[in-house]
Amino acid sequence: MSNTTVIRVCMGPGGIAAGGKEVLDTFEKCLSEKNIEASVRENCSSHQVGCMGLCARDVLVEVHANGAKTTYQYIKPDMVERIVTEHISGGRPVAEWLVDDAFSAFYKKQVKVVLSDVGKVDPEDIDAYIAAGGYESAREALTSWTPRDIIDEIKSSGLRGRGGAGFPTGLKWELGRASAGDTKYIICNADEGDPGAFMDRAVIEGNPHSVAEGMIIGAYAIGASKGYVYIRAEYPLAVERLKLALHQAADRGFLGTGIFGTAMDFDIEIKLGAGAFVCGEETALIASIEGQRGMPRPKPPFPVNRGLWQRPTVINNVETLANIPYIIRNGCSWYASYGTERSKGTKVFALTGKIRNPGLIEVPMGITLREIIYEIGGGIENDKSLKAVQTGGPSGGCIPASMLDLNVDYDSLARAGSIVGSGGMIVLDEDDCMVNMAKYFVHFTQTESCGKCVPCRVGTKRLLEILTRITRGEGKTGDIELLERLSAGVKAASLCGLGQTAPNPVLSNIRYFRDEFVAHVRDKKCPAKVCREMLTYRILEKFCKGCGACLRACPGGAITGAKKKPHVIDPGKCIRCGACFDVCRFKSVEKE
Amino acid sequence: MEKTLKEIVDGYRKKGGNIITLLQGTQDAFGYIPREAVAFFSEELNIAPSRFYGVATFYAQFRLKPIGRHKITACCGTACHVKGSDKIISGLKRELQLSGENDTTGDGEFTLEEVACLGTCSFAPVVLVNGSVRGKTSSDAVVKEIRALRKKENE
Repeated sequence: MSNTTVIRVCMGPGGIAAGGKEVLDTFEKCLSEKNIEASVRENCSSHQVGCMGLCARDVLVEVHANGAKTTYQYIKPDMVERIVTEHISGGRPVAEWLVDDAFSAFYKKQVKVVLSDVGKVDPEDIDAYIAAGGYESAREALTSWTPRDIIDEIKSSGLRGRGGAGFPTGLKWELGRASAGDTKYIICNADEGDPGAFMDRAVIEGNPHSVAEGMIIGAYAIGASKGYVYIRAEYPLAVERLKLALHQAADRGFLGTGIFGTAMDFDIEIKLGAGAFVCGEETALIASIEGQRGMPRPKPPFPVNRGLWQRPTVINNVETLANIPYIIRNGCSWYASYGTERSKGTKVFALTGKIRNPGLIEVPMGITLREIIYEIGGGIENDKSLKAVQTGGPSGGCIPASMLDLNVDYDSLARAGSIVGSGGMIVLDEDDCMVNMAKYFVHFTQTESCGKCVPCRVGTKRLLEILTRITRGEGKTGDIELLERLSAGVKAASLCGLGQTAPNPVLSNIRYFRDEFVAHVRDKKCPAKVCREMLTYRILEKFCKGCGACLRACPGGAITGAKKKPHVIDPGKCIRCGACFDVCRFKSVEKE
Repeated sequence: MEKTLKEIVDGYRKKGGNIITLLQGTQDAFGYIPREAVAFFSEELNIAPSRFYGVATFYAQFRLKPIGRHKITACCGTACHVKGSDKIISGLKRELQLSGENDTTGDGEFTLEEVACLGTCSFAPVVLVNGSVRGKTSSDAVVKEIRALRKKENE
């Protein structure tokens, strides 16, 4: 048993947002100030680690002392001193700040492969990753495996692309290997553009070396001498940590010439994306790395045959690559023991929306939605009822509450009209309007459409116009059928994945929530009371105390009334912003 | 400005690169892509200005107008959307008196930027004030902060 005390502070996207940096600094300051207790200071170190998962309870802090692990939740800088005094010096954990049962429930059903070292190793320290077994897979692969062995191993593991389409990774590598050419490239697609998805960010910020190691193994398998990571500029910390990781790896001889003492040369360069969702598409991504407008081109030729600068190019997603070292280390049958017949292994999801415990989760494929939402996620926020779960972002669809026992894997979700996608999982409750959600996603894809092909450029525009009309209470008979027909056309005729999948949220929401569309079009009502233009606000005289809160909140000056007398809203002036509804403490503002 | 532009072009010549990296360097230096910069690059590198504008207008990252002194970034990701980012944005637009395509206040003090997803969905709705995160926030809270920033400027 080690007597070293280690403090791990969550510095994942959530941890940083909640003030993780300040907490870590305070720990360090506090520990050095208490230097008098030399035994504490000497044997105690504080580290930053990547995402621990349960972002809702950040800042999460783990204290490892005397062989035991204690986890604190909701830690703020001013709580640090008490933890240091009572727990680290005194040996008595601060009971009231410890995590509760929901915390262990959050982790119970999870299986961590990609995330197994995220939240444990310091992402800025290569030795921490090496100590956890890092770079051993790459060393072994390069020194004692043939490229064929690796491709077979990955094929047997059943790993499929985690970026959305689910193409078998081993097969892609095989095609890359077989493609003729002296110069080949491997690209890591870290252009995580799906709104509501942040797992790639968490993997790179939490364990950048696992991605680099996966790329090295992939490069060896296909015969590439150069790699690129195409990453969103919107993720500055991920970029910084990846840069550092690549430097450290080069210093150790894991990147550069003659890596791991073999004859192989391999380098990785970072390319910053400039904010275009369509660049997640392979051919658009390639155009962007080449410095052009990121517009897709027709396939074939596929990038494995003619990709970056016309050379054979394999493009893998972050999570896919981060799986590789663990598969090589533990064997393909170990990996394939998780998941279902056609969807092997685990998948990372960003569980967000109206859920009690939002955060980053990794689960075996085939787990049910019910387990994810009610066991891991702790159920719906504010005791509301579940309406649907949106998966796959703007390319996906929704799964209604009635299908909660659906297995989460590539095929089951596809049958239900959605996709696994990159792993965003947004929980919607009774207060969410499905017409509005469809409009939200089409607005997104319409804005991001590159404009090259007509079905996508014009089709998404028309879809958006119709949806906007419906949400304004100006829907016409036949609009729903028109949406369906138009969606089918856009899907069939668009050039790339963006357009081909853009109508999915519309079709899926109509499929499961047709009644809601009908209510909007025929009755000019929004059952969830979301669509602003169809709402009217009214103050209920009998509940109004005349406190004046709504009068002060109203930006349009639509509310009048004397102090302590019931107030009234002038419908002519009301802009339906809902400020009065939100601010009223007596529930006297009614919307319908 | 010319000195900085020269440095950017020299870096491009030395290290290689492309139009995107050139424009990213320019935006890092000035906060936007000035007309003069495009003219300068076009002259130096013998590349038509339209190629630069083609790239600059394609990617969301680039802006052709100066940025305000304070930057408010409102996240419009899905999680933020279901938690009411619409209300936050309309509240902020009212406070900053922004309408239509205009994203910067007349006095050049504030720019309101809407972005697709910041990846901090667990804290939705999220707004960045000069780059630092305000999670589970509201229009009122951000408006308060904007007013405090204004007051500080006036002092």
